[in-house]
Amino acid sequence: MELLSGGDMLVRALHDSGVEYIYGYPGGSLLHVYDAVYKQSHVKHVLVRHEQAAAHMADGFARATGKAGVVMVTSGPGATNTVTGIATAQTDSIPMVVICGQVPSHLIGDDAFQETDMLGIARPIVKHSFRVTDPVDIPEIIAKAFHIAETGRPGPVVIDLPKDMTMPNERFEYNYPKKVKIRSYSPPQRGHSGQIKKAVDMIFEAKRPIIYTGGGVVLDKSSDKLRELVDELGFPVTNTLMGLGAFPGTDERFLGMLGMHGTYEANVTMHHADLIIAIGARFDDRVTNATGKFCPDAKIIHIDIDPSSISKTITADVPIVGPVGSVLDDMLALIRSSDETIDAEALASWWKRINDWRPRHGMRYDKNEDGLMKPQEVIEAMYEATEGKAYVTSDVGQHQMFAAQYYKFDDPNKWINSGGLGTMGFGFPAAMGIKMNFPEDKVVCVTGEGSIQMNIQELSTCLQYGIPVKILCLNNGSLGMVRQWQDMNYEGRHSSSYMESLPDFVKLVEAYGHVGIRVTNRDELPQALEDTFNKYNDRLVFLDVKVDEKEHVYPMQVPLGSMRDMWLNKTERT
Amino acid sequence: MSQSQRHIISILLENEPGALSRVVGLFAQRGYNIETLTVAPTEDETLSRLTMTTIGNESKVEQITKQLNRLIEVVKLVNLTEGPHIERELMLIKVKAVGAQRAEIKRTADVFRGQVVDISSSVYTVQLTGTSDKLAAFIEAIGPSCVLETVRTGVSGISRGEKVLSL
Repeated sequence: MELLSGGDMLVRALHDSGVEYIYGYPGGSLLHVYDAVYKQSHVKHVLVRHEQAAAHMADGFARATGKAGVVMVTSGPGATNTVTGIATAQTDSIPMVVICGQVPSHLIGDDAFQETDMLGIARPIVKHSFRVTDPVDIPEIIAKAFHIAETGRPGPVVIDLPKDMTMPNERFEYNYPKKVKIRSYSPPQRGHSGQIKKAVDMIFEAKRPIIYTGGGVVLDKSSDKLRELVDELGFPVTNTLMGLGAFPGTDERFLGMLGMHGTYEANVTMHHADLIIAIGARFDDRVTNATGKFCPDAKIIHIDIDPSSISKTITADVPIVGPVGSVLDDMLALIRSSDETIDAEALASWWKRINDWRPRHGMRYDKNEDGLMKPQEVIEAMYEATEGKAYVTSDVGQHQMFAAQYYKFDDPNKWINSGGLGTMGFGFPAAMGIKMNFPEDKVVCVTGEGSIQMNIQELSTCLQYGIPVKILCLNNGSLGMVRQWQDMNYEGRHSSSYMESLPDFVKLVEAYGHVGIRVTNRDELPQALEDTFNKYNDRLVFLDVKVDEKEHVYPMQVPLGSMRDMWLNKTERT
Repeated sequence: MSQSQRHIISILLENEPGALSRVVGLFAQRGYNIETLTVAPTEDETLSRLTMTTIGNESKVEQITKQLNRLIEVVKLVNLTEGPHIERELMLIKVKAVGAQRAEIKRTADVFRGQVVDISSSVYTVQLTGTSDKLAAFIEAIGPSCVLETVRTGVSGISRGEKVLSL
């Protein structure tokens, strides 16, 4: 029988849970644990420069792999600095395990040095949380935390670990549970067969169908099944911001992203549909526009693992609670074994209407003649330079929307962005988390000069660990999305949306030991991209590209309108 | 949109530190209303039974129950108002009782099947059990002006017949 200290048990349990990297920052209450990390070599610790970045690194890893990312931070400010990262993961249903140090048990409640009620602070933004009250429980709590984080609708789990649970001289029997069982937690394994039958009947009756899929398809690794379904039915497909890549962006049947900055054809097709098959999507307000005017003719089939997502904003006609992959399997089997067929004639005339809408799509822009680039053309050039195969992370704002619109993702788990919470500062550390785990792949962070400064200190981490991510900064010298809304709704009063006193990014990244390249004119871009991805392949490159600050993101749904009410450019409305 | 109604939601909850705060926090976080809340351990000491009343239309209450079910520590949950059920609330009420009032309050308490459980020279303390409506009716009957203090437990409930909420 092996006896281990609490700190050793924690590290061993992480190893037994399959963890390779933990992202974190040490501090007083975690020193025993950090000593345990030091004494072994299985679990590697990555020292960030700010705890928020640790959470985003773990998140990026999780989004790319589907496995829970692990964060370890000390009590008090260490823990509170992860809050934005935890909330980001919670909103997008990303698995994460966050281990927070805590003051010794006998001091809890005394306002001790670096004490904070992290369980209380994190409660509304976690899937679950634990406090360790007996070191013997550590292996089981770790196993439960991973189980909860990764199954069902995934999400972050916080573990509060008082310092006295990790004393080096107090040793206990180590038992990592072979199987985790939680009596009050059993996520659905299959969809209801009766509901699936009803859905298939509706599919056969549909004249104007559309498949609308979200992050749930990516999370359940069911992209192949979605493609099979579309091959079987030939229906048009649209993805949410979180769902991009689940269906190939270059496929003819793909109508593009839908919603606030979705394509004209996706939004209009949704509006006129008589059947919407929603898969792992949650009818978020950035998708539906005014719910009262949402898709007036459509019957709705809604497949989701979380019943609370169903009929929350838009009432479903046929709700199906279950894992996306299993439900799609069951649907496909039923469709294939049925004597009925889809209405091919109606579908052909539906496609004809859709193809008539397509040329009107709003994803077009005019290039400036003076060489000052539009942000869209930079994304298009980066798409070409990476052959559409890079992991692309983004921050939040105009650049995020341009990346989502102009980078055609053919594979899932490649488009990594904070879609739900909209966290500026997410993209760079997320890219780092991915690059560490996929060193052979191209990883590009599309960002702006506003967002990148929210976690720019991580340039130092990248030097320490040799993480050659590429940062593509669309520098328009202003908080573009804020500025756009101020142009549209506040008569161009740019209140605090102008980034004065920007640093010289090239000098800055050079000071951190990396490569900086500035591009101010279209002519310079091809060489800069060539250098970024070839000459400096093994270096972190910060590409600071000056873009036109007057450009707006279009299409854009008109507030309080229906799906099809859109601005197509600054002057043209549907 | 359907009418707002009062619903009694009964929950079997893991009897663990922090579990109750998740339930209560959920209501604050999502803008739901708690009218009453009562919680105590059950015969199985690993479980608490929690009863809460809330007001909302059908879709809101459906969303509340779904969100509650997402909490890991919620073991089982039932909306008692969806079926036949028994509900009770206990009230202790201190009322001014001097002169002719003393007999009148005693009589009223008897009618409502309440008991006078404490007496001083000028105050009666009455214990009363029943539905929330009945407790309100008692206050109305004795006249709110002579009420000095009330304390109510909030609603507890259980379904009628053989249906049980257990593991």
